[in-house]
Amino acid sequence: MTPRKRRRLMIGIAGLACLGAAAGLVLSSLGDQLVFFLSPTEIVEKAPPPTQRIRIGGLVEQGSVVRSDDGTTVAFNITDLATSVHVTYRGILPALFREGQGVVAEGHRQPDGTVKAAEVLAKHDETYMPKEVVESLKASGRWQEGDPLPSAPHPGTEAAVTR
Amino acid sequence: MSGSPGIAEFGHFALILAFCVALVQGIVPLAGAARGHVPSIRLGDHAAVLQFLLVAAAFAALVHAYVTSDFSVLNVFENSHSKKPMLYKVTGVWGNHEGSLLLWALMLTMFGAMVAVFGRNLPETFRARVLSVQGLVGVGFIAFMLFTSNPFARIDPAPLEGNGLNPILQDPGLAFHPPFLYAGYVGISIAFSFAVAALIEGRVPPSWARWVRPWTLAAWAMLTIGITGGSYWAYYELGWGGFWFWDPVENASLMPWLAATALLHSAIVVEKRDTLKSWTILLAIIAFSLSLLGTFLVRSGVLTSVHAFASDPTRGFFILIFLLAVTGGALALYAVRAPALKPGGMFQTVSREGALVLNNLLLATATATVLLGTLYPLILDALGGAKVSVGPPYYNSTFMPLMVPLMVALAIGPLLPWKRGDLLGVLGRLKFIALASAVGGLLVFWLTVDAPLLPVLAFIVAFFLAGSVVVEVLERVQFRKRGVPGALRRLVALPRGAVGMSLAHMGLAVSIFGIAAASGFAEEHLGIMKEGDTVEIAGWSLTFEGVEDVPGPNYTATRGRFEVAGLGPMFPETRRFESPPMETTEAAIHPTILGDLYVVVGEKTGPGHAVRIYWKPFVMWIWAGGLMMAAGGFFSLSDRRLRVGAPVRRAAPRPQAAE
Repeated sequence: MTPRKRRRLMIGIAGLACLGAAAGLVLSSLGDQLVFFLSPTEIVEKAPPPTQRIRIGGLVEQGSVVRSDDGTTVAFNITDLATSVHVTYRGILPALFREGQGVVAEGHRQPDGTVKAAEVLAKHDETYMPKEVVESLKASGRWQEGDPLPSAPHPGTEAAVTR
Repeated sequence: MSGSPGIAEFGHFALILAFCVALVQGIVPLAGAARGHVPSIRLGDHAAVLQFLLVAAAFAALVHAYVTSDFSVLNVFENSHSKKPMLYKVTGVWGNHEGSLLLWALMLTMFGAMVAVFGRNLPETFRARVLSVQGLVGVGFIAFMLFTSNPFARIDPAPLEGNGLNPILQDPGLAFHPPFLYAGYVGISIAFSFAVAALIEGRVPPSWARWVRPWTLAAWAMLTIGITGGSYWAYYELGWGGFWFWDPVENASLMPWLAATALLHSAIVVEKRDTLKSWTILLAIIAFSLSLLGTFLVRSGVLTSVHAFASDPTRGFFILIFLLAVTGGALALYAVRAPALKPGGMFQTVSREGALVLNNLLLATATATVLLGTLYPLILDALGGAKVSVGPPYYNSTFMPLMVPLMVALAIGPLLPWKRGDLLGVLGRLKFIALASAVGGLLVFWLTVDAPLLPVLAFIVAFFLAGSVVVEVLERVQFRKRGVPGALRRLVALPRGAVGMSLAHMGLAVSIFGIAAASGFAEEHLGIMKEGDTVEIAGWSLTFEGVEDVPGPNYTATRGRFEVAGLGPMFPETRRFESPPMETTEAAIHPTILGDLYVVVGEKTGPGHAVRIYWKPFVMWIWAGGLMMAAGGFFSLSDRRLRVGAPVRRAAPRPQAAE
């Protein structure tokens, strides 16, 4: 074997090793580290295992926001207007977190069917609605693009804890 | 409120003229170079400068519309407001889809004009071909603007007031990071044009690498500043204390950076050793394609993010077609011409070249994992599969492991000689450094209760890298032989390219150190604080002294006051903007070399306010390292050997006969 061929072989082997390592890392990661986006209805139907990281998107149900006494934990319901899922979150909510408006929470579904959120993402401004939330609402069949934003599903049940 | 009628039309007209000039520049010099028609060849230089002047005139017209708040221009109405501070009126020009494209085009034509003006030492036909390719890219971009995103469209009747700029974009950090990012993205187009021109000519002499390297280096350094600035902006403006989110938009800037880094290194091998040519050409094509892909991802609206201005599908479609034409065309040319590129210099696996090949393989693989992670959710969605997102855990377990061998290769590579190296010898020179890094890492592990493993590993890598840079510099200045005064004299006389390399590598070590410290050892306090409450965190003692409402130029702020023992007051704010209606958090940050104290005040909750306080150890080092890398790039750029107009001092080494 000439030196040039040997060098090519070495580079080839190194390249394959890199690709192989990367493919292995990617495959093992894509398997269990993807975050699935689910609507509240899908969470109830599919009941993802507690190890699976998920995102849930929908509207914050009117009157569902309850804060713990020390103020660091918040519980609320996320709804796609067909189904609601109870979510708990420890941390500061984003500035534009409001009842009746779009929200995306990321975390794990607990065995009792509630979702423990590690992160809550609200929209950035008054007019913007997360794309996932729009699709989740459309999928539930209760709202269509262009309709005015859905209002409170349970009007008049304004909880005392909110502003 | 009244604009100057006609200036917007003048800008639009200049843009149309620029399009025509770009078309001529894209065709005539190329045809002239093929036939040896000298006037056509020379036309390229004039066309490139003219195209730049026309786009600059269009840009100036748009800036004028913003500064005078001419709301009869739709783009100004949608994105500006008469009460906005002047700085943000100007930076608002590129805080939207159309304006940012115009900035892109401005940078693109500026680089083209710079090749025409400063590239006098390039062979004339080659320069003509480079300018033609650059012209063709310009045709695509200006056409995109004229047909889908005209920044000068009018609105009739003219509204009295504008909608305002997204408040989180009203910030000095945002004002300055996009121009750098764009200069970086677009600067890579020069490497691309050089690569395509070389493919058309069918040869890649070592001098090619010497021509292309300054441009790549400049683009890379700008991109580094842009990414560093963007990361810093996210850190202080988004109020989460995070510095990198693996957001697709961030990835869109990281991928060209990784590819440009690989290109920068492989071009050295082409220049010094006359080999790896075909790979280097391919890298230049890939790097620019990734820049375009980044633009596509950010501008097409397929991603939901603060950066995604556009949501018009025809725009995304246009960029996709453009991307396919540019990448597809260049790759087709590559497929035809690359086999004819003869490799020159020989080297053994263990050598400087070998280490650079390993660097390239790892960087390319890392780029591929980021690309896959960024595109996978889009592809899955397009195929009608599940809706997924790929977040930090994916990158932590794919990208990060690839970085470890890369850093080791980076530590060892510069100590290896060209052609043939002695790995054991180098390891021997580094054994004290390796030992010290391992002990340092173990010390961190032992001193901190339940330290996470990955940051400790990163510490070891950062120590090792920094140590090896020190060893490399000491050997280069012959510290042992000459002592301090002699070594200092040699240090001053070192080629700037070598100093730049050491500076950039040291910057990387500093960044890794900061990332490991800030992500692995941050402390956080979260809770409701009432007036007079005191919190202790990382040796600091903060007392909350209540909030007050403070008016700003175009917002009202709720300003919290924290008295920090031994430091004074800190004032985090929540700002409410009225146009558009929105809230932003302005963290109060006390930056020190050892770490940042980061305070955010949230909404009123029950008896007090929600408060988040972080201690982020060594977080400033992340961006300091980024700036060191960029400074290293600029320092190398000032090296005489790389100076664009510098005369060629030596003949290229003759390729050795192979086999």
